[in-house]
Parts: sequence; structure tokens; C-alpha cells
Amino acid sequence: MLIKFIEKIGETVIEILETLGRIVLFFLIGSVNIFVLPFQWGKIIDHTWFVGTKSIFVIALTGLFTGMVLGLQGYYSLVKFGSEAALGSAVALTLIRELGPVFTAIMITARAGSAMTAEIGVMRISEQIDALKTMHINPVRFMFTPRIVAAIISFPLLTALFDVIGILGGYISGSVMLGINRYVYMDTVIKSVELSDINGGFYKALVFSIVVTTICCYRGYYTHLYSGFGAKGVSLSTTNAVVQSCIFVLVFDYIITFFTV
Amino acid sequence: MAVPLIQFIEVAKSFGTHRVLKGINLSIYKGEIIAIIGKSGTGKSVLLKHIIGLVQQDSGQILIEGEPLHKLPAQKIQSFQKELSYMFQENALFDFLNIYDNIALPLVENSKFPKAQVKEKVLSRIEQLSLTGTQEKFPAQLSGGMRKRVALARALVTDPKIVLFDEPTTGLDPVRKKTVHSMIQEYQEKFGFTAVIVSHDIPEIFNVAQRIAMIDDGVIRFEGTKKDILDSHSKILNAFVSGEDI
Repeated sequence: MLIKFIEKIGETVIEILETLGRIVLFFLIGSVNIFVLPFQWGKIIDHTWFVGTKSIFVIALTGLFTGMVLGLQGYYSLVKFGSEAALGSAVALTLIRELGPVFTAIMITARAGSAMTAEIGVMRISEQIDALKTMHINPVRFMFTPRIVAAIISFPLLTALFDVIGILGGYISGSVMLGINRYVYMDTVIKSVELSDINGGFYKALVFSIVVTTICCYRGYYTHLYSGFGAKGVSLSTTNAVVQSCIFVLVFDYIITFFTV
Repeated sequence: MAVPLIQFIEVAKSFGTHRVLKGINLSIYKGEIIAIIGKSGTGKSVLLKHIIGLVQQDSGQILIEGEPLHKLPAQKIQSFQKELSYMFQENALFDFLNIYDNIALPLVENSKFPKAQVKEKVLSRIEQLSLTGTQEKFPAQLSGGMRKRVALARALVTDPKIVLFDEPTTGLDPVRKKTVHSMIQEYQEKFGFTAVIVSHDIPEIFNVAQRIAMIDDGVIRFEGTKKDILDSHSKILNAFVSGEDI
């Protein structure tokens, strides 16, 4: 009984280590290939269009409503202490430091990350990845490398967009709807935000881009190992990729905040 | 007797608890067309995947021109594998690439051919396989038969020395089947490549292949020419060829 229990723990530990090893190797092969000639400009542009440009609407919409909610909640909290003038500062710092990078990463995971897993997963089950190998094309370089470059370009830009539109959303709630002086709102935004806040948000966006793309592409690439072959396998991989990406975004958010605050 | 180009010696392979290959002994000679026949699920495709390196055997040896594959230096393995081409059972075409790009992919990604030469090679294959006018279309827009021909065009575009065909005519009508078979024969005569064809097209494949090997229950039960099949008294072989269940 005890031996079986220990064996089970051992198996689980080995499985976790193997998975970690595979993820690290997958990431390293993909990243090293960013610098291997010839550069895959065409594919990078295509994926940047898909991950970045096509996410603009959803990011703008999420940013707007997040900012508006922050404006509303912030106003009713601050007004109790007679500090409603600090609303601009509260909205801007919350968005730039925390909510901007995290919400952007989660929204891109839902829109583009899930698509990455599904597409690569289908390629796996329909033997397209094997076909690449038979043509002596490195599948990780072919599929993962352009996507990670596209994500590294897109995440910080979309985070910036989310922040700006979120601040505008706070302005709509606070100034247009609840009557805070618009000059005061904008002045507190400008005065409270420092370059280190903006940089911190961008560092997070960069880390999230790597985390989300690696998990989503890895899950698709190894669909057959974790979820089996067939449509059900791809759907299971996609669900797992989205859930794990969101969890790891929050975990890394805490780690980065802990070390940078 | 010539040294076989590829030789399987007691090759065994299991997936989990399922033993697919139980000790394959097979010789493939340079420049020949050899067909591998056998019931579905007997490991014919797995056998092909061993040659191209997609699957590694659990035991036994694969010899390349008399030398064990696993003992060859990495560079030699790589150059051997570059001479191979594989046509997948389900075609494995890339949904996000159009027909031209699908066929051009192995040339674009690996060779240092100038664009004009790639175009010339791809268009020539497109024409030879009666795919003219489909260049801009995507695989999903083509019929099953056309997709098969695109896969064949992609397999042949690199002028490989060894081509592995995994059921190249599945899903084709009899006319197209005949076309694909004649094309394999014609190309093989023209370019002199070695062809290994996994097929269920009996008896048509006997007219295409110079030798036939039958796999059953994880081992090769028969290896010989069309004449050897007709003369054979093997119960398993005769039952399979005549479509009887034993």
C-alpha cells in the first residue's frame, strides 16, 4: 500500500519533470530559431496581423468597459473620503500597473491563443507536423517561432492601447457622467504616472506574451500526448491551454509585482 | 546478389501494449517498385514510417546499404533522409496554404533554388498531374482525388531518390487510380527512384510493382514477384488476394 503510494508520487513527479523539460526545450528551440536565417518575415507579419491587428477591437472594448467600471467604483469609494479628485490617478495606475497587461493577456489568450492551440492541434492529428518532418522542415521553427515573435510585438502594443482606452473609459464615467472636473482628472493622470509604472506594465506584457504563446503552441503541438487524437483531443487541448495560460498569467503577474514593487 | 538499399532485420515495434510489428524481415532494392500489402491495421504504414524516421523500432535493425541506420553518422542519416519523400495516406496538406504553396513548400523551405526555378518545377508538376487552374485554391476547395494528386505532386517536386507512398490511391475513382499508378510507373522509369507503395489495390498493384511483400500479424508472410503470387500455395496470401477471410 505504502510502496504503491510512493510509486504514484514518483510517477507524478517524473511526469511533471518531463513536461517541464519538454516545455523548456520547446521554448528554447523556438526562441533560438528567431535568430536563425532566413528570417520568416512573411509568417511573422501574418501572425502579427492575426494576434495583434485582429485583436484591436476586442481589446479596445474590454479596455473601455474596464476603465468605465473602475471610474464608477473608484468615484463612489473616493467620494466617501472627499478624494474624488484622485480618480484619474487611481484609474491610470490600476490600469497601467495591473489590469492593462493582465486583461490584455487574458483577452488575447481567449481570442488568439485558443486559435493557435486548435490550429496546431489539427495539424498534429492530420499528420501535417509529420509531413513537415518528412520535408526536413523544423516544425517548431515553422509554427512556433513566427507566433512568438508576433506575440512579443503585439502584447505590449495592445496593452498600451488597453491602458489608453481604459483611462478614457474612466474619464467618461468620472468626468462626463459623474461630473469630476475633466482638467483635474487628466492632470492627476499625468502627474501620478511615472515612467517606471509604464515600463513595469510593458515588462509584464512581454513576459505574458512568452507565457501565453509557449503554453498555447506547446499544448497544440503535443495534443497527441495529453489529449489523444481526434477532434475531442484538440478541443481538450484548447481548453487546457486557455485555462493554464490564464493561471500562469496571474502567477507571473504576482511574481513580477513582488520583485518590482 | 546486390546489397539491399534498405533492409529490415527482425524489426519490432509496440505502441503501449499493442505489438504492431513482431519481427519484420524485408529487403528493398535500389530502383525497384515494391508494394506492401496486407489487412488494415497490420502495421504497413508503421513500417514506412520507420524508413523515414518518424517512428523508431523497439528492437531489430534497419540497414541502409548494408550499414545499420543507428550507427551511421548524423550527417549521413540526414543526407539519406533528404533523398526520401513521403506521401501520406490522408495527404497531410496544409489548410492555410494554397495549392501552389503546398507543392512549393519543401523547395522554398530547404533548397536554395531561385524563385523562378521553384516556380518552373512546381508548375511542371501541376501540369503533369492535371492540376492546372488550381494553384490559387486551398485544399478544402478541392475534391478528394485532386487533393491526392496535390500530395503526389508535393512528394515528387524535390526529385527524391526514394519515394514512400502510403495508400496513394485511397478515395480515388478507378480512372484516377489508374492514372496515379501509371504516373508512379512512368516517373519511376523516368527518374529511376525507388518506390515503396503501401496499397490495398489488388490486383492492380501487381501490375505496378516489381515485387510484392505481404505483412500479416506483424511479420512478412510473403515476398516475391507477381508470378510468385500466382504460383504460391500460401493459404494466407491466396485468401487475402481473393478477398476471403480466414
